[in-house]
Amino acid sequence: MRTTFRVNNTTHELSVDARVTLLDVLRDVLGLTGTKKGCDQGACGACTVIIDGQRVLSCLTLAATCEGREVVTIEGLATAGELHPMQAAFLHSDGFQCGYCTPGQILSAVCAVQEVHAGVPSHVTRDVRQPVDAATLTDEEIRERMSGNLCRCAAYPNIVAAVRQVLSCRDASTVARGGDVEVRV
Amino acid sequence: MNAFTFEQSAAAEDAARLVAARPGGMFLAGGTTLVDLMKVDVLAPDTVVSVRPLAISNIDVTDDAIVIGAGVTNSQLAWHPIVRDRYPVLSEAILSGATTQIRNMATVGGNILQRTRCPYFRDVQAACNRREPGTGCDALEGFNRGHAVLGVSDHCIATHPSDMCVALVILDAEIHSLRADGSTRSVPFPAFHLAPGDTPHLEVALAHGELITHVVIPHLPAARRSHYLKVRDRASYEFALASAAVVLDLDGETIRAVRLGLGGVATKPWRAIEAEHFMTGRTATDDTFRAAAEIALAGAVGREHNHFKIELAKRTIVRACADARDKEL
Repeated sequence: MRTTFRVNNTTHELSVDARVTLLDVLRDVLGLTGTKKGCDQGACGACTVIIDGQRVLSCLTLAATCEGREVVTIEGLATAGELHPMQAAFLHSDGFQCGYCTPGQILSAVCAVQEVHAGVPSHVTRDVRQPVDAATLTDEEIRERMSGNLCRCAAYPNIVAAVRQVLSCRDASTVARGGDVEVRV
Repeated sequence: MNAFTFEQSAAAEDAARLVAARPGGMFLAGGTTLVDLMKVDVLAPDTVVSVRPLAISNIDVTDDAIVIGAGVTNSQLAWHPIVRDRYPVLSEAILSGATTQIRNMATVGGNILQRTRCPYFRDVQAACNRREPGTGCDALEGFNRGHAVLGVSDHCIATHPSDMCVALVILDAEIHSLRADGSTRSVPFPAFHLAPGDTPHLEVALAHGELITHVVIPHLPAARRSHYLKVRDRASYEFALASAAVVLDLDGETIRAVRLGLGGVATKPWRAIEAEHFMTGRTATDDTFRAAAEIALAGAVGREHNHFKIELAKRTIVRACADARDKEL
């Protein structure tokens, strides 16, 4: 079947089997191997991409359902050779060891920061009726919000540090602008 | 994964007709259950009809109700300011389940229809009356630590995995659906899911090709004092061993009305009506909650590995009720 969608600001018109996932299209058809296949069953988060401004799992997304949608992968994050602030923060904080989960971690973290700036609660938010405040966000909140991305090397403390670095960046608009990624909450 | 025909339509009637016309047809919403189970050959539809193009993804707030489209995502619902304010138990329940990525995909209709996480259901080599009627149940004498103690039968003890549904079952929600012939109907939430009995393969009160279009929750002022408590092996991203949803309507220290739902311990989203009746009119003490918990679990049947859930569920009820009582509004 035929389907047309955008990946990192480029339109792709594809002929795919209905069974094919977005993850396999990205890696095997478009050659965008930055998106990783970990468990392939929605458990590890390595395949996280941003579709229409929201972080989702590409391994559980059929390519056929992406018609007309806007996909951002790790390859689409840097602009003109300049790293996205979250990529720079992962480097600065040493937020990885083997690196396999890192693309998913970074895309997830980009969205997590925007969700916090939008004030939406998480499972560990004390009172869901109150908006959360980026300035006073606990490590427990960052961990909960990133719990969909597993790291078998257990680089978690440094991942939390990277997310916090971007969260506490005074100019939040820099983050929102980075890589022209529009995150929708 | 078996081959299938992919269809989509912008009209709900067409989507219902497309599925109804094929005995092996299924609706696809967020895909977090269906695509997963298709990969392990537990589900093998020959036709998959995507409901994504349907305009059923709005949350409409009226004076006396909140109307939630079946295509609304779990995140959209949990993060909605009116839901957080009026029904904190619903936001809390949703946010306690899965991860942001999955909640961004999973829909309200799909969450209601999600399948059990019983490992024997997910393993096509195992005996499972739910997946293949008449083959038996490997969970009865197997590794049944995660299995249900309420609403069980000799044919199936699979736990209903949803957190969201445990909140909806106590909020007087109604599930609205559309049949292939264009007619519509609504089912009260507690009547929607079916306990396994001797027909565990029949899970919900929907005909083949019948599409959930929206869920209506009536305005319930008491729900401002509500809470969802989930107990599990990990702090995040894990299914419940036991959970409790509570709406507590207090008149001073007296319980004017109470609603109590249980998750992680039952074969369907469970409402503990007898325990609610016991608490009504009594003082909101931990002793009252404990006595109510004994009533709620009176019919529980434990097996080799899940006996602990009976006491765990009782303690979960006491703490959930106490937390709701002590909430500052």
